[in-house]
Amino acid sequence: MKILVAVKRVVDHNVRIRVRPDGTGVETTGVRMSMNPFCKHAVEAAVQMAEAGHTEEVVIVSIGPKPANDVILTALAMGAHRGVLIETDQALETLAIAKLLAKVVDEEKPDLVLLGKQAVDDDSNHVGQMLAALTDRPQATFASAIKLAGDELEVTREVDSGRETIAIPLPAIVTADLRLNTPRNAALPMVMKARAKPLAIRPASELGVDLAPRLKVEKVSPPAERSAGRAVNSVAELAAIIADDVNAMEAI
Amino acid sequence: MSVLLLAELDNGALSASTARVAAAAAQLGPVDLLVAGPRAAADQAATIAGIAKVIHAKEAVLADGLATLLAGLAEAYTVIAAAASTTGKDVMPRLAAKLDVQPVTDIVAIEGATRFVRPIYAGNALETVTDLQAKHVLTFRPSAFRPAASGNAAPIEALDADIVSAARFIAAHRTESDIPDLSTAQIVVGGGVSVGSAEGFKLVEALGRTLGAAIGATRAAVDAGYAPNDWQVGQTGKIIAPDLYIAVGISGALQHLAGIQGAKKIIAINTDAEAPIVKIADVALIGDLFDILPKLTAELEKSGLKR
Repeated sequence: MKILVAVKRVVDHNVRIRVRPDGTGVETTGVRMSMNPFCKHAVEAAVQMAEAGHTEEVVIVSIGPKPANDVILTALAMGAHRGVLIETDQALETLAIAKLLAKVVDEEKPDLVLLGKQAVDDDSNHVGQMLAALTDRPQATFASAIKLAGDELEVTREVDSGRETIAIPLPAIVTADLRLNTPRNAALPMVMKARAKPLAIRPASELGVDLAPRLKVEKVSPPAERSAGRAVNSVAELAAIIADDVNAMEAI
Repeated sequence: MSVLLLAELDNGALSASTARVAAAAAQLGPVDLLVAGPRAAADQAATIAGIAKVIHAKEAVLADGLATLLAGLAEAYTVIAAAASTTGKDVMPRLAAKLDVQPVTDIVAIEGATRFVRPIYAGNALETVTDLQAKHVLTFRPSAFRPAASGNAAPIEALDADIVSAARFIAAHRTESDIPDLSTAQIVVGGGVSVGSAEGFKLVEALGRTLGAAIGATRAAVDAGYAPNDWQVGQTGKIIAPDLYIAVGISGALQHLAGIQGAKKIIAINTDAEAPIVKIADVALIGDLFDILPKLTAELEKSGLKR
């Protein structure tokens, strides 16, 4: 089986982001970048399947500017075999990303495509589902467990009501949730070795996809700020506040 | 603009989220509501104010089948919408790609027929976009909208199409409880990892029961096994917007704060006066939760709440 994993380079999830004062977006220059956490779970799942002997090749693809090579190298250091960067300096919408990935799926013909369920920058949670539609494959999103059963996958999904298990025939698309696994930190020798693994760079314009945006971003603004209120000193005082609030609520 | 809205179901019953997203959708035009589930859910859906017509289809829960069903109906509508629930998130991007539409999802405010506000970076920024396309695929965050009233008697039209899916449903592992639905609850009591054990978490649940509240938990508390995964509140769990949120033993990691930004009032009970949650709470009581919670619950029991 061959697995393709799509990964995204985003502002590191530990960075407290700053909205640009002119409202054009979130400041990303001079900010630490890293692999989107959900993508790490997808890479880890693929590498574990390779280690279990289910997979011969794990191919990593990322779409973005040249520095996105760094997140591909991270994935190669975790144990993936080969990388492809679809290079573009343009900020792309999720539909364009999914169309580019569909071209890569056409060429690579993986049995399974793994992605993170969402990226922590735009929080879209679109690309896996869109790629599934464009390649006419079944999907299992928000996976917290993946089991190979013959030519099917049994995937446990994290849903609003708890969890559910579905079976999907391969080839398929799966998106990873945080409880899928614990991603490894690659040891230094693996990081060195990753640099020797094949990494192809291709301009996005070469893939024949219309990348023009469909939405116009009018502005990006910070959320309303909350500030500290008052401290109370006793349980009785707090109970009185809660009771007043609850009794004043209009029923809905 | 005509709107086709996918009704949100929970285990075959109409979810409280549906009336909320119906209110959002009605701001854009007359709404036809698609119920892919039992007839009783369609009957209930017909009572939601602002619904022009209910389309009742066979039960479907899997993304590919639902997306195909919606795509078959899409031609007659300008807007196809759903709740930003795990179902809506699963289905709507798939539908959008089928229709060659860039979706706008997790909408928290409607500023015009094609102008929408959505949170990015876990709610640490808000993006306002204008959708320039002829057709729109949208999801609305239920907690951001007040529910539509009931009392309507919309006509119900049966749709006989068979729904085909390549995926197969095996089993649901539900957390059975009689507490209110977290994502639409008016009061939520949340517990963090400081409760120390699943036993400790019961103190949080007891306070919740007294208040008729839904129960939330931090990611750390869920990972530690103190609470089920569907109670998780935060960037990767549920986004809540109750009138009152009581955070017990929760320090306030960014991840968790992302899920509670819509709360009208936050009360924090914490040992650490410097905890991030205390800095944003409207009211804080500094102290040991094991000491405070039993007394607080008893005190509220005595006070004769109107719920």
